Formats: sequence, structure tokens, C-alpha cells
Amino acid sequence: MYAVLALIVGVAVGLLVHPTVPEWLAPYLPIAVVAALDAVFGGLRAKLDNIFDAKVFVVSFVANVLVAAFIVFLGDQLGVGTQLSTAVVVVLGIRIFGNAAAIRRHIFKA
Amino acid sequence: MTDAPVGPDPQPPTRTRWSGGGAHVLIAALCALLGFAVVLQVQRTAAGDTLAAARPDDLVQILDELQRREDDLNSEIAGLQESLGRLQRSGDSSEEALAEAQRQSAALGILTGTVPATGPGVSIVIADPDGRVPPEVLLDAIQELRNAGAEAFQVGPVRIGVDSAFTGSGGAVVLDGRALTAPYTITAVGDPPTLAAALAIPGGVLDTVRRAGGTMDVTQSDRVTVDALRQPREPLYARPAQ
Repeated sequence: MYAVLALIVGVAVGLLVHPTVPEWLAPYLPIAVVAALDAVFGGLRAKLDNIFDAKVFVVSFVANVLVAAFIVFLGDQLGVGTQLSTAVVVVLGIRIFGNAAAIRRHIFKA
Repeated sequence: MTDAPVGPDPQPPTRTRWSGGGAHVLIAALCALLGFAVVLQVQRTAAGDTLAAARPDDLVQILDELQRREDDLNSEIAGLQESLGRLQRSGDSSEEALAEAQRQSAALGILTGTVPATGPGVSIVIADPDGRVPPEVLLDAIQELRNAGAEAFQVGPVRIGVDSAFTGSGGAVVLDGRALTAPYTITAVGDPPTLAAALAIPGGVLDTVRRAGGTMDVTQSDRVTVDALRQPREPLYARPAQ
């Protein structure tokens, strides 16, 4: 529950502060967000499965974000940044859908 | 990097150690960061300033696309300008053709008597008190005028055309089916002195009229008007060759 509150606080801070994204971060931000969303959905599913581990969540969150950013960075260096970004988004999207399906089964039993 | 939150304690991570308040704070911070980042990205996307953050590859692709489109549009412009020029040229030439056709139509109209004609010329009045001037005299007068370069004539109310014919007899001259009454008035467009001289040659029209007991007055004028018209005749059989 505090996680949801923190999420809301983050959104509110973002809305109030109107920060500007640094140039070097701009290409990685969308991918990082998607990766973090994947971690959050995974954590939510684990919570519902009663196997939630704070360490796993934190590590997976940070690792997801870093790996996603690294893949995009690598793709940019290799000249296939757009394609790799698409690939990362697709894979993460599939995972998010899978987790969302598990969560749905838990909540609605369907 | 994953070691960072572990802290100074290198113990194997256990559930108990991670379930403390620190872990909660960490998770809350990460969630807050996620919300913050989401808002950041959404705002950035909504601002439409995506080009500034786009990758060089994408920019090159977009630039290529734009240049291709520009090329397409340029060639389209060139094609349209070419067709515009073509249409303007053909418009000019058709205008010229129209003017030429109108000139020809005017010339032919004067020749065939379908349009009024005006210009320098002579007015001739042939009085025939005895009724003895025959149609041949009027025909001679027309022939002489034509030889002298007259370009349009009318006798009384009748325009002379290519198929005009004097018939009847002295005192009852008929021109193209219309009876003429003396005095006969002939109007001719041409060079006035030449026309007058042509009628006055010895043994010519003037003498003939006098012999028949009539008189002839020739008035030279800078401007006479031949305004009697003939109906244009559609040829029944003849068609333009070619």
C-alpha cells in the first residue's frame, strides 16, 4: 500500500516540479520506465502469490532498468538502437501482460 | 550495483533482514521514482519535442524522408509549371488563331456582302428620266468600278455579291429579283479618284448613260457606307477540300 502511495507521490512531484530531462538520459527514459513497470507488475504478482521478496523486487527493479538502458545504449552504439528499443519494449510488454494476467486471475479468480 | 542496498552487512540476505523498514523505504523510493519518471516521459512526449531527443539514426531517417518528399513535391511543381506553360502557350496560339479567323471572316464578309463596309469611295446617281437606261449599263458601271478596284458596292438597297445579276429591261431594271427605280444610286468603296476616272473614260458608262438620255453624278467622298447586306448562302454541293 505504501508503494502505491509512493507512486502517487512521485507522480505528484513530477507534475509539480516540471523537471527537464537531461539530454543523455532522454533516449533511455522510456525504456527504463517500461522496464520498471515490468518489475512493479512482477512484484505485485509475487505479493499476491505471497512470495514477495523485497530484495528480489529491488534488485529486479534496478537490474531491469539498467539492463534495458544498457541494451538501448548498446543498440545506439551498434546502429540498431531503434530496433533494439522495439525489441525490449516488445519483450517487456509480453512480460507485463503475463504478470497482469496472473494478477487478474488472483483478483477476479478468472 | 545490486550490492548497494545491501548495506555494510555482508551477511547472506535473508527475508528477515530485508523485511525491515529500510526495505520499505527503498521500495517506496523506487515506486516514487517510477511515478516521477512516468510523468516526466509523458510530459516530454506531450510537449512534442521528440525530435530533440530522437536518435541520430532516426533523425537521419526522418531527414531522408523529408528530402524524398521535398524531391517529390519539387518534381510535381516542375510538372505542373510545365503544363501551365503549355496551356498558356496553347491559349496564346488559340487566341492568335481566333484573331486570324476573325480577320478572315471580316474580309470574306466584305467580299460576299454579309457585313457592312465603310471607307473612302464614290456615290453615283444615275437619273433616267426617259426610262431607257438598260440593265447592261448598270452592269457595266459595276464592272468598271470593280476593275478600278472597288471592294464593296450596293445599288439602291441591294448589296452586290458574287452572284448578283441585273435583269429586266430599260426603265424596269431588276437586281437579284428586286425591282430598282430610277434614279439609281450606286455606292462603292474604293479609291475615289480612280473610281471616278473609271466611269468617265470616253465610250464608258458616262457616255452610254448620256446616249440613253440620262445623267450621271459622281460624288467622291472620304467616307461612304455600304450597309445593305446579303444573306450568306450555304453551298449545296461544294465542300472545302482536304
